[in-house]
Amino acid sequence: MAEKTPVTLLTGFLGSGKTTLLARLLSHPQMGETAVIVNELGEVAIDHHLLRRVDERTVVLGNGCVCCSLRGDLADELRDLLGRRDRGEVPPFRRVVVETTGVADPAPIVYTLLSEPVVRHHFELERVIATVDAVHGLRAPESVAQAAAADRLVVTKGDLASPGPLEKRLSALNPTARIVEASFGELEPDALFGGDRHLHAVPPPDGGHAEHGGVQAHSVVFEEQLDWTAFGVWLTMLLAARGADVLRVKGLLDVGAPGPLLLNGVQHVVHPPIHLERWPDSDHRSRIVFIGRDLDAGALELSLAAFVRAARS
Amino acid sequence: MCALCGVLLNDHWAEQDGGRRGRIFRVGLVNRVLGHYGLELGDWAGRVYVLRDRKGHAAVVDNLGVLWAEAAKLAGRPLDPLDPELIRSLG
Repeated sequence: MAEKTPVTLLTGFLGSGKTTLLARLLSHPQMGETAVIVNELGEVAIDHHLLRRVDERTVVLGNGCVCCSLRGDLADELRDLLGRRDRGEVPPFRRVVVETTGVADPAPIVYTLLSEPVVRHHFELERVIATVDAVHGLRAPESVAQAAAADRLVVTKGDLASPGPLEKRLSALNPTARIVEASFGELEPDALFGGDRHLHAVPPPDGGHAEHGGVQAHSVVFEEQLDWTAFGVWLTMLLAARGADVLRVKGLLDVGAPGPLLLNGVQHVVHPPIHLERWPDSDHRSRIVFIGRDLDAGALELSLAAFVRAARS
Repeated sequence: MCALCGVLLNDHWAEQDGGRRGRIFRVGLVNRVLGHYGLELGDWAGRVYVLRDRKGHAAVVDNLGVLWAEAAKLAGRPLDPLDPELIRSLG
């Protein structure tokens, strides 16, 4: 099958500067052959030959789970882009950037990319980028969920307020994300799109995970090799029981292979795990970061250990 | 991919490795957990699972993603892996 087209999800709360960032990024020669899908045409004009606008249309599935609702608008647009590219009706593109509305929950978009049959065979979620402005910070539950889902966090408006305190809070909230600064949207694309997207280390616990409206990062470290079946049974049960409280789970697991297994999930939506060839650092212990409410790392470790023991006996 | 909505997909993320032997092993481990709640899981032709309680109620589930919600319905209570009593029962 042909290589999948990477999709980057650009999210961020209202007024946090995501359109400014996008407009500046698109003016960079390195960002040629990028198709852009936006929900709303904002005050910042984006001059781009492959700009598409969609009306947010969310289909909540029968079980009523909001994070697993299908964004029909996005699926339709991606399928249409694919068809038009194949027929030569639009310029070729090698990347898609989806800019969400300011209050959008990233989970349904991730779910759509991973589950809609045509979309998931032709596109893959490359990374989630979230903008947070240094003036207002994490000002609403939506912005906390967006920051928790992010692989890259862009701190904007550093010219109006010192970005240092916010960066510290963001690092505590989502220790798995790389944090960069961009004032007036000025940022080299490499800062967001460069590097091996799978090899960003999942840090071990540092004891400094602050709380944001009840949301906190918890690091679980497991010294022994993990049985993948036991882990899958445990995590599916945990997400079924506590999924509403888990905004993000990301981990590197030692399952007995030379490299770790990369686990990445946003709310209930879990990416297919990826076997990495090597560990990103010298720490080869399994470590998993949970970002959520009312979670306790000690209780998570005890529970996981019990499932792993049960799998051995 | 979704722990709750994996029914839409045939390749649930937690069941991608292990083949037939992995599936049998998985059912055995799940039954260690479900036993605490008076439930039992069986494999039906390697395609779906059948969940049963002791009163004869049954439900067919496609994968681990939907299993736990169905099990909670049959058990009449939430199934929480952090429950200390469950952890003790697993030994």
